[in-house]
Amino acid sequence: MNEFMLVLGMAVVTFAMRYPVMALVGRINLPDRVFQALRYVPPAVLSAIVVPELLLPDGERMLLAPENTRLVAGLVALLVAWKTKNLLLTIVLGMLSLWGWSWLLSALTTAGG
Amino acid sequence: MTGSAPATRRAELLAGMKATIPLVIGAIPFGMIFGAVAVTNGLSPAAAAGMSAFVYAGSAQFIAANLVGTGAPAAIIILTTLVVNMRHILYAATLAPHVKRLPQRWLAPLGFWLTDETFVVVIQRYEQQDASPYKHYYYLGSALLMYANWQLCSWIGIIAGQTIPDPTRWGLDFAMVVTFIGMIVPMVRNRPTLAAVLVAGAVALLAHGLPNQLGLMVAALAGVGAGMLAQIFPGAGETPQPAKAERAP
Repeated sequence: MNEFMLVLGMAVVTFAMRYPVMALVGRINLPDRVFQALRYVPPAVLSAIVVPELLLPDGERMLLAPENTRLVAGLVALLVAWKTKNLLLTIVLGMLSLWGWSWLLSALTTAGG
Repeated sequence: MTGSAPATRRAELLAGMKATIPLVIGAIPFGMIFGAVAVTNGLSPAAAAGMSAFVYAGSAQFIAANLVGTGAPAAIIILTTLVVNMRHILYAATLAPHVKRLPQRWLAPLGFWLTDETFVVVIQRYEQQDASPYKHYYYLGSALLMYANWQLCSWIGIIAGQTIPDPTRWGLDFAMVVTFIGMIVPMVRNRPTLAAVLVAGAVALLAHGLPNQLGLMVAALAGVGAGMLAQIFPGAGETPQPAKAERAP
């Protein structure tokens, strides 16, 4: 693969999503429907990235069990985000529960086996 | 910042930086893990650093690095980047009325530096009612701090990825997931957005087997479609209501 073309292509399409609209929208009018549809793009894209990360820990099979540390930590993050709306707290408590829960699981496994 | 909003260029710049600090902290592990994953998956250090410098789009870069690892063709990676970054059209369109008086030498770099994080911070400043003429310096401050941090963290990750075997086992890539959760939740303020989030997530699960990360595109489009449908038609078993009644406190 030509890495130069890859980076260039990604840079061009990304800039094309950011700059032209900012420069032009003050002067042209987009239909309301376009704005309405665009409003759902950020939550939809972010959710489409996040949900498989939580439920498919190995990228293949769904794991709905306490052994799925990502799911547990994700649910903690969801709860913290919902209750506090504090992004930093969500990140910190989410990562701490990931590490804490996997430590606990491995401690229990060692003790049991 | 309530009451006396900053009024000088310098004060706006510093205030923009300060407001961005929590998001910068969330981006630190994310940038490092991007660099590490990129070189582990076979991108050269120069290409990984080039992506951070010239593409500057965290989630798209991360997905691209994973696609490189699966051997996806460059055209598919670029197309995926386009779809993943389409949300920036919304951000740009939302900011446009506030920046329309700025000259192109401001608009081009500010556009390049537009990210989820900077958008969320900057739009709050623009929506404050004071008549400060230097709000674009607030934007600049947020953008410069995010950008500098992203470069630095990518480089650290690139170096670490070349020396530490399997950097992902520390789970640092999960920082992206919790950051996104923290960004999604405040967005869900009405039923259509909830529908978009739930449908996009469910379709992403069902379609994850599609080759080359196409599932992400399908899921995003399904989510947007669900949001539009929920907005146009009230839910089944729900009494149709005038738009006003939906704005419950």
